[in-house]
Amino acid sequence: MIAQLITSFIASAGFAILFNAPKNTLIQCGFVGMSGWILYYVLVAGGMDAIPATVLSAMLVAVVSHIFAKTFKTPIIIFNVAGIIPLVPGGVSYNAMRNFVENNYDIALQLSAQVMLLAGAIAIGLMFSEVINQITKKVFVKR
Amino acid sequence: MKKITIEKVCILAGKIMLVSGAETYRVEDTMNRIAAAFDVENAQSYATPTGINFSTDMAEATYSLRILKRSTDLHKIAEVNKVSRRIAAGDFDIEEAYLALREVDTNNAMYPAWVLILIAAIASGCFSIMFGGSFEDFLPAFFAGGLGFMAMLGFERLVEIRFLSEFFGAFIVGIASIIFIQIGFGKALDMVIIGAVMPLVPGLHITNAVRDLMAGHLVSGVSKGVEALLTAFAIGAGVAVTFAFI
Repeated sequence: MIAQLITSFIASAGFAILFNAPKNTLIQCGFVGMSGWILYYVLVAGGMDAIPATVLSAMLVAVVSHIFAKTFKTPIIIFNVAGIIPLVPGGVSYNAMRNFVENNYDIALQLSAQVMLLAGAIAIGLMFSEVINQITKKVFVKR
Repeated sequence: MKKITIEKVCILAGKIMLVSGAETYRVEDTMNRIAAAFDVENAQSYATPTGINFSTDMAEATYSLRILKRSTDLHKIAEVNKVSRRIAAGDFDIEEAYLALREVDTNNAMYPAWVLILIAAIASGCFSIMFGGSFEDFLPAFFAGGLGFMAMLGFERLVEIRFLSEFFGAFIVGIASIIFIQIGFGKALDMVIIGAVMPLVPGLHITNAVRDLMAGHLVSGVSKGVEALLTAFAIGAGVAVTFAFI
């Protein structure tokens, strides 16, 4: 568990560096990625399916990045991108492609469908930040 | 010197953002905001991953710009965002805005290649543990990921064919991982390969594609999705080729 915390933090912050995020946001990027991944890890370890777990974790990523974006006055994409990297189905899409190349088309198609669903799950979770953004703007900012 | 027009400022802002890997709806939104700040009420912008169109009104002349290379540079997106906020606040006139954007465009504050390779290597090691590998898999994934990323960067400079550098990077990852496992350095081959391949995987593109689709930008969403798919295929093929040797 502690290993997961540390590795996900480093991996997310590392990706923030690969994507050339502003230097003063690296720690926050790592934190966003860590919180998303830990929620996912706990949910999956608790027996939840990967897809709803991804939706919920992406929502957490969205909420945390939204808060950071507001406090540090930077575009939300910076925290989002680093935060969702651990959730991105890189491992599954690799497995899918490997099965395609090894002529196991049935398994490959199943895995590709899973990749699509996981990517969609991330997008739904991330849209949540847009939802909060618009609601807070409309409800709390009285004209 | 030619007069700097609103169109030029908007297209430059859009170009920087698109080249840096922003979603197309964010690009269009920024361009329209900048135009609105300069009292252009009904600006029309249309951005795709390969080009931008912009006109100040419905039947006005339309300006277009071709985009050939795209990468990910969050720093520039943040900088353009800052400039666009200041334009919206009325701090800049057109000339100042253009100069500020030019500075963002030419200012290449990327990290040196060795830092990127080191970071990719560390991230690879961490990913192999996150995806269920043991601590013995950290170092093999570290070296395989670093080598793969280095190969990708190097190959990108030599040959300008898209997807081939990812293929080559994944190929090196595969070979390195298999050699490491063969000599007893690391345990689970799959964990090492998945971890080491992660820096090459187009995770951002997959997610951006779906976000663009959901924002109603169907052309951009589909084309980005295809780009992500081809990259993923190149990586899978690169690794799979190495399996042919065992």
